[in-house]
This record gives sequence, C-alpha cells and structure tokens, in this order.
Amino acid sequence: MREFNAIITIAYRDFTKFLRDKPRLLISFVFPLLFIGILGKTFDANLSSTAGFNFLAFIFTGVLAQVLFQSTASGVISLIEDRENDFSQAVFVAPVSRYSIILGKILGESLVSLAQAIGIVVFGLILGVPLTLGTLLALIPAAIIACFLGGAFGIFVLANLGTQRRANQIFPLVIFPQFFLAGAINPIHNLPPILFFLSRITPLTYAVDLVRNVYYAGTPEYAKTVLYGTVTNLLVITLFFSIFLALGTYFFVRNERNK
Amino acid sequence: MPRVIEVKNLVKRYRKADTNAVDDISFSVNAGEFFALLGPNGAGKTTTISILTTTLAKTSGIVTIAGRDIDRGASAVRKNIGVIFQQPSLDLNLTAEENVRLHANLYGLYPFRPWYGLMPEQYKKRVHELANVLGITDALFDPIKTFSGGMRRKLEIIRSLMHRPAILFLDEPTTGLDPVSRKNLWEYLQQMRSQERTTIFLTTHYLDEAENADRICIIDHGKIISLGTPAETKKGLIAEYLLIDAKDRKALRSELTHLGLAFTAADLFQVSLGNKTAYQIVKELRTPLTVLKIHNPTLEEAYLEMIQKEIRE
Repeated sequence: MREFNAIITIAYRDFTKFLRDKPRLLISFVFPLLFIGILGKTFDANLSSTAGFNFLAFIFTGVLAQVLFQSTASGVISLIEDRENDFSQAVFVAPVSRYSIILGKILGESLVSLAQAIGIVVFGLILGVPLTLGTLLALIPAAIIACFLGGAFGIFVLANLGTQRRANQIFPLVIFPQFFLAGAINPIHNLPPILFFLSRITPLTYAVDLVRNVYYAGTPEYAKTVLYGTVTNLLVITLFFSIFLALGTYFFVRNERNK
Repeated sequence: MPRVIEVKNLVKRYRKADTNAVDDISFSVNAGEFFALLGPNGAGKTTTISILTTTLAKTSGIVTIAGRDIDRGASAVRKNIGVIFQQPSLDLNLTAEENVRLHANLYGLYPFRPWYGLMPEQYKKRVHELANVLGITDALFDPIKTFSGGMRRKLEIIRSLMHRPAILFLDEPTTGLDPVSRKNLWEYLQQMRSQERTTIFLTTHYLDEAENADRICIIDHGKIISLGTPAETKKGLIAEYLLIDAKDRKALRSELTHLGLAFTAADLFQVSLGNKTAYQIVKELRTPLTVLKIHNPTLEEAYLEMIQKEIRE
C-alpha cells in the first residue's frame, strides 16, 4: 500500500509540475505544431494526390506517436538531473523502493505526454485532420502504450548514462534517427535493405504503426499507410518494453548508489 | 544513553579515485545528541552523510543507524531519518503545503489525496501547527517561488520532521543564507530540537555553528583529527603560551631554565604555560620584561591554524 501511495505521489508531482510550468507547457506544443502545421500542410498540398492518401493525417498520426514516445522518454531521463535537485533528492531518501520511483516516474511522464497529445489533437482538428469521436477514443489505449514504451526506453537510456550533460548530448542521437526510421513523417513501405533492417529494429516504428493501425482501421488507405497488424505491433512493443524496463531498472538501481 | 548512529572503520573510495574520500573513520552518536561534523570543503563531510543517509554505497566498514545496518536495513533506516540537503530540495512551482503533503504521502503517513481539502483533519492540524511556528500560515498555499532562502530552509526542516524521524541530518544547511537568516534558522532549529527531542547530525564548515553542539568531530582528508565536546576540542586545538622578551636576554634565559619552564627562544621567548596560569609565571619572573604578550587564540583561529597546518603538510 505504501509503495502504491508512493507511485501515485511521484506521478502526481510530475504532472502538477508540468501544468504549473508555463514556459515548458508552451514549448512542448511548438515542435509538433511545426511538423504537423508546416510539414504536414506542405506535403499534403504537394504529395497527397500522388501518394493516394491524406498526407496531413499521415504526419499527424506519426508525430502524435513520436511526441508521446519522446516526451515520456526525455521526462524519465530527467531523473538523472532531479537526483541532485529539487524534491527528487528527498524521494531518494524516502522509504520507497527504487522500482516504485521508476514506475511513478514513467506514469507521471506518461500523463504529461498525454496532456501534450490533447493539444496536438486540438491543433489537428483545426487544421482539418479527419478525426471522428470513435477514432479519438480508440486512439487513447494506443497513445498510452506509446507512452509506456517511451518511458521504458527512457529508463534504458538513463541507466547507461552517468550525467545529465551526457544525457543531453546523447539523447538527440538516439531519438532523431528513430524519428526518421520509424516513418513518423516519411513513408517507409519501400526501403533499401540496410534502412529496412534499421527501421525494423527501431522501437518507435511499432508505436507509430500501432497508432496508424487504429487511425486507419477499416479505411481504403490502410494498406498504403500501415506496416503490420495490431497484434504484431503489440507483441513487438511488449518485447521491447520488457527488455528495456528489466535491463534499465537493473542497471539504474545498481549504479545509483555505486559511485 | 543508547547509540543511534554507530560507524566503524568506514571507508569510501569513489570509482576511478586514487585516494579514499573517507579514510577509516569510527565514531558514534547518542540518542538526543547534537553532533557536528566539521571540516573544510572536500574533507569528506558530504560523502559521510550520503553514506549514512543510504544514498551512497560505502567501500567497507560497518554503519548502524537506529539499530539497523544501512545496507541490509536501508528501508528501515530511511523511515527513521530526516535529511536536509546541501542543495534546496523543494519544488518551486508547488505550494508550501503541497511540498509538505507530497512528503507525507511518500512516507505513507497519510494516503494520497490530490487536494488539501481531501486530506484527513489530523494532517491539516499538524501542518497548521508547524506553519504557525514558522509564521507562514498566510503563505501556506503560495508557491515556494515567493519565499526567501531562509524561509525555504525552514520549510524543509518542517517537512523533514513530519514523519518524526529519530535522527535529523543537516548537510551544511546555512550555505547561501545571509547572517540574519542563518541566526533565525539556528534559533528555530534549537526550538524544534527541544520540542521534538530529535538527534541532530550536522555537517558544516562554520565553526560557530558547531560550537553549540554536544560534540564536535573534525575531519580533514577523510580522517578524524579531533573528536570531543566543544570544551575538549578547544583544549586540544588551542595552544596557549606567553611571548616575552627582556633587555638582558641572558638573565631571562637562565631564570626561565631555573624555574623549569618549557620555552623556545627566537625573536621572542615563547613560554608554554604548562599547568600554570600566565599570571603565575609573570609573577615569578624577576628580570625586567620589555615585551609581554599572551597568545590565547579563539576557537575559530585555532581551527584555521589547524586546517592550514593540515594543508601545508
């Protein structure tokens, strides 16, 4: 019961902190808006007719999955910096299991990402991305799964980095290739062998594909936009999630006190 | 009196380091004691406190806190301690009450509730009591951002006392505070201490803060160089002597020798007091003196002399 209490407390704190931090709130919307607003609209105007599907919706779904994944991952990585600052110092001397701290952090950062996703969806609606209420509701579980995968990925990266400085240097290197390899904004149905291989070992690929599975379910565009079925995506995501979480937690707990 | 902290042959060597940050230290702290760990920057104070508060693994040695081994009983140890960190540990965007509430939730004192209004009466009462002592009842629901440095420190102390810890660790708590805030904080801490009867383990590099402690432990380069009450520490640190001179130096020298006093002669004669007072020695001397000085440094001066001596060696 105490551990459950602690997980909720840690998650609540993360979420509240985000809501109170006005500049961060604003900045978190800028990046996706640029991609969907500018890139999406440009591609849509020039490529949609050739591609045979709505490019705006394609980029919208890709960026949505990508933001959920990346934002949760980078939020979890901030645990390195937190350890030497603010309330988190107190969290680490509280009688709370390290596993609860990690779970609470993943949960909290997932909530933060989902709050950002609401902003993205509203913007998508304004731009004219076709979205029904049914699709929106169906997207919620897929969105949560994308967050959790990002959170587990974050712990995995975090466990292998010593300092926030190094994390800030490395993080773009592990996130940007994924952004392109996962086909968040670019179709990856046809790829040269090396890129094909790289794209299929990229965790984000499956989060993006899962979101598109939900979005394009039952539409004629499904075959052109989606790579694998929902079940395959879920299986691969579960595999990645388990490996990242297990190894990440193990190394994090081990390295945390051994300096 | 029961011992609440016991440290035996504690050693810490950081990974990739050539020397020990903490080098085989042993000491114990009694329940209710105010214990000060004093030393210059880099002496090993923060390393020691990090190990004692379970956030850093030791290299070797045995540490027991509140009867529990810090490795095997880490969780039980954490329940029994409160920690005030060198770096502020409050969330600036949260209110004072939220900072306290999250802490209480984390320690499992009260079940989690997202709003103050939903918290049990018992909690509300305790928070108001503590806020009253601080005089921040009006600002309880304001973000910490609006608080002064001294105020924030006090709030951290309130928060750390919520779970009524047996031992309160304070790691250089007055760093970055102005003299008035520092004085206020100490008065408040003494008051809290007499109310809650908490054991206090303080690290500081200010001697005057350590002077109020029951015992002072001075460390440098990871080793204990002095351990005792402030009076004992003072006695051990301070060398009192007379500095005298005379026109007839030869006569003075033979007289000092005749009286059996230990002395060294340089520009001036430096005469150790032994178990006599300065007045007794001066009274015994017949040779007319041209210079008479009593070297009686303050504790602060003695501490500085010692630290500088350590650095030179």
